[in-house]
Amino acid sequence: MRTLRFLLEKEFKQIFRDKGLLPVIFIMPVIQLLIMPLAANFDVKNINLAVIDHDHSSYSQQLLSKIGSSGYFHITGNAASFPEAMKQIESEEADIIIEIPANFEEQLIKEGAEPIYLAADAINGTKAGLGSSYLNTILADFNSEIRMKLLPQQANTGIDIRSSDWFNPYLNYRIYMVPGILVILVTMVCGFIAALNIVKEKEVGTIEQINVTPVKKWEFIMGKMIPFWIIGMIDFTIGLLIARLVYGIIPVGNLFLLYGFLSVYLVALLGFGLLISTYSDTQLQAMFVAFFFIIIFILMSGLFISVDNMPVWGKVIARLSPVTYFIDVMRMIILKGSGFSDIKIPLLIEIAFAVILNGWAIFNYRKTA
Amino acid sequence: MNEKAITCKGLTKRFGDFIAVDNISFEVNTGEIFGFLGANGAGKTTAMRMLCGLSFPSSGEATVAGYDVFTKQESIKKNIGYMSQKFSLYENLTVKENIRFYGGIYGLTNAELKEKGEGLINKLGLHSESKKLVGELPLGWKQKLAFSVAIIHQPKIVFLDEPTGGVDPVTRRQFWDLIYDAADSGITIFVTTHYMDEAEYCNRISIMVDGRIDALDTPANLKQQYKAETMDEVFYALARGAKRSAD
Amino acid sequence: MKQFLVFVRKEFYHVFRDRRTLLILFGLPIMQILLFGYALTTEVKNAKIIVVDQAKDAASEQLIAKINASSYFDIEPGEDMEAAFKKGNIRCAVVFPADFENEKRIQIIADASDPNTAKTLTNYLTSIIQPPSAQPYQIIPVTRMLYNPALNGSMNFVPGVIALVLMIICTTLTSVSIVREKENGTMEILLVSPFNPTYVVLAKAVPYLVLSLVDFILIILLSVFVLDVPIRGSLLLLFAESTLFIISCLSLGLLISSVTQSQQTAMLISMMGMMLPTILFTGFIFPLENMPLPLRIISYFIPSRWYYFIVKAVMLKGLGFWAVWKQTLVLAGMTVTLLTISIKRFKIRLA
Repeated sequence: MRTLRFLLEKEFKQIFRDKGLLPVIFIMPVIQLLIMPLAANFDVKNINLAVIDHDHSSYSQQLLSKIGSSGYFHITGNAASFPEAMKQIESEEADIIIEIPANFEEQLIKEGAEPIYLAADAINGTKAGLGSSYLNTILADFNSEIRMKLLPQQANTGIDIRSSDWFNPYLNYRIYMVPGILVILVTMVCGFIAALNIVKEKEVGTIEQINVTPVKKWEFIMGKMIPFWIIGMIDFTIGLLIARLVYGIIPVGNLFLLYGFLSVYLVALLGFGLLISTYSDTQLQAMFVAFFFIIIFILMSGLFISVDNMPVWGKVIARLSPVTYFIDVMRMIILKGSGFSDIKIPLLIEIAFAVILNGWAIFNYRKTA
Repeated sequence: MNEKAITCKGLTKRFGDFIAVDNISFEVNTGEIFGFLGANGAGKTTAMRMLCGLSFPSSGEATVAGYDVFTKQESIKKNIGYMSQKFSLYENLTVKENIRFYGGIYGLTNAELKEKGEGLINKLGLHSESKKLVGELPLGWKQKLAFSVAIIHQPKIVFLDEPTGGVDPVTRRQFWDLIYDAADSGITIFVTTHYMDEAEYCNRISIMVDGRIDALDTPANLKQQYKAETMDEVFYALARGAKRSAD
Repeated sequence: MKQFLVFVRKEFYHVFRDRRTLLILFGLPIMQILLFGYALTTEVKNAKIIVVDQAKDAASEQLIAKINASSYFDIEPGEDMEAAFKKGNIRCAVVFPADFENEKRIQIIADASDPNTAKTLTNYLTSIIQPPSAQPYQIIPVTRMLYNPALNGSMNFVPGVIALVLMIICTTLTSVSIVREKENGTMEILLVSPFNPTYVVLAKAVPYLVLSLVDFILIILLSVFVLDVPIRGSLLLLFAESTLFIISCLSLGLLISSVTQSQQTAMLISMMGMMLPTILFTGFIFPLENMPLPLRIISYFIPSRWYYFIVKAVMLKGLGFWAVWKQTLVLAGMTVTLLTISIKRFKIRLA
């Protein structure tokens, strides 16, 4: 135990003396947490709409002003013809074209049915899909308004569908992203720096000096893990405070539960960093390998794109990453207020990760070759 | 009970087809300064790493401070000091902090740490530098400090791997004074070097060629045996026959 | 010229001897293409939902059967939606009131912690429950999906991945490899050789230019043959524009290497300083128009943003040079500026 104390003392001195490392540990995450959620916004809003109004009737005017006031669309201007509107699509000034045929109002009343043409730039499928479905909803609304006016006596025959959005009633994308981004930041800081730190001792040669001392394997590993575990805890706490003060996200669930899960997660993550370090001889190698895996972890973690939509093999990859479970649990506890019984299974899996990764790393770390 | 600091019988290390250390046998007596010589790539460092418990021998047997190198590595580590070719103190810790750290992990008590630390700083004349980062010291001082730290826990044996590489002659002289002091206090010294004048300072030396020990005796006897004036000539006579090229 | 080739060959040896560099060079692009192509789709399928049927009459059961038949939804057993939401088992719940027959009212509750999925699912459910039926005075929306009628999700990612991969290889690998020579002291040896220093730097850049083009071709082949992403425009134009982008990334790499002393710093700068902005401000993952103004202004200074536009226009929309000349000009301007600054800096360092 006394040996461990000396190891920790040395580690903390080195960390706090490293002028390059401190900003990476404490300032970079803060800046990223302030910028990333502003940038990482999948909210489909501000869809640019090119309008071709061949009709110029009062209906077409009413429809366009209804679309304009919906808050989702930004009308970029009137085009005289479809090719002209296409130019706007090509230059990405517009995302969707709406074309109102000539004599729209007249035909609608006379014939009882009339088409409206939509054309969406579908290279970005999400935007095209959600954008045109918003438009469809607005059109349907507009349609029933007209119907009500023309046929006031007819009762609405459809089913009255009310929808409500739980846990995030204003559909604020940041509420979804901030907890996930916080996980990624803690992962980057602790995973990367822990791996690099150990490899650095290898590169410089000090690890050999430690290896000829009576320091035990577990003491050395604990001496490396505890400081970064504490840093992870501090970073996470700073992040939670920013989430609260800047983004107004107040965890619904139990904070002790959250920190309990975090502490297990950090052990698993540090085990992963340790594992990488045992397979690398230089910091550069460790960085390349860590970088490769962290990219997979981030992409597959469900941070941006839900794991539910993935094919089976994608789900398998996602489930093999400790990051996925923590992002899930973060969102569950912070946004939904899930309790212990709800996160029991992910917690057990995370514990398994911690045991396997650390066991593997300790097995691989040898004082004697 | 055991007056031999190191015993070594048929010690061999293979890396695949390559035999780095080929069946070497020797003994080092307690309290002596044992020079371990050889050209680059002759296998000195590999042999030394096996004795320090950093690497497992492929075959053969050896004991260090009475402990077996296969089974008692952790006990060996309690009884030895080691100073590697590469400078291995923490450059971003101060002189004092390095002393405290290494003393601490060798289990010195706080009182011992304080006393030894101060004694060491006084002896090296590092008073005004004690709060400086080690990285800022000149190489010669770093090496002297590294040696002092390697024996801070008064080990039975200290292993020095080319401790004076790249150091000026004056500092080398001072360094050897430190080695003699340590030997006087009862520490067995096991040292590799490329400087033949340093070889003369040793009680006994061995010369490794292509993984084997081709000569082992006192410097005086070796010179006589090879009819040489200086150790340099002895070394040339032996190393000329080497098949392995220097790295 | 012969000397030059010797230098170039030496550089290739460095690259091909390090497995971890190869991992980044070829493993990363292949993996990203496959992940983005197959695993990372925003298309919602088999979403798990719960149905709370308090009516249990013919009408409600008929609707439930319809929901169940759709490939979008899997109905989970159980009716305790609150618990299911908290466990994260379901995305959505549909509630039929006891008097469904008369009230004709349905409640849809979505887990809006993920807002886009919530919106999509609510839309799907609404259209299943209430299909557009012939009514008087019907406006019929006719929607066309331009360029991508099958809504192939890879379309959006492929140009982004190309930009990202080229950025990583050119900028990170180039800067790290030059700084490595500095660190090892071999740069000095090269510079004291009777060889023009500019060629030394050029010899370092050429292999990465070649490797980047190889990677580019690899990604294009994978996209066309594995992900069914078409090339509608001129391949030659695409190639030329990519070369321009690669040169701008190389210049950036040179610039980084001229201001850093250690490989680690070079790596951190090119990764934290370049990668993250590329991912954030290119627009292939996050829509730029949602960002606040200051961030949008930053995005104008990111070369990959312009390159991304060009690739989309040429490759996916089949447009000619007339549609991208402005963006090309911006990119070319950036390249020239970066190249000039880095050569200047390099000369200063040599002097």
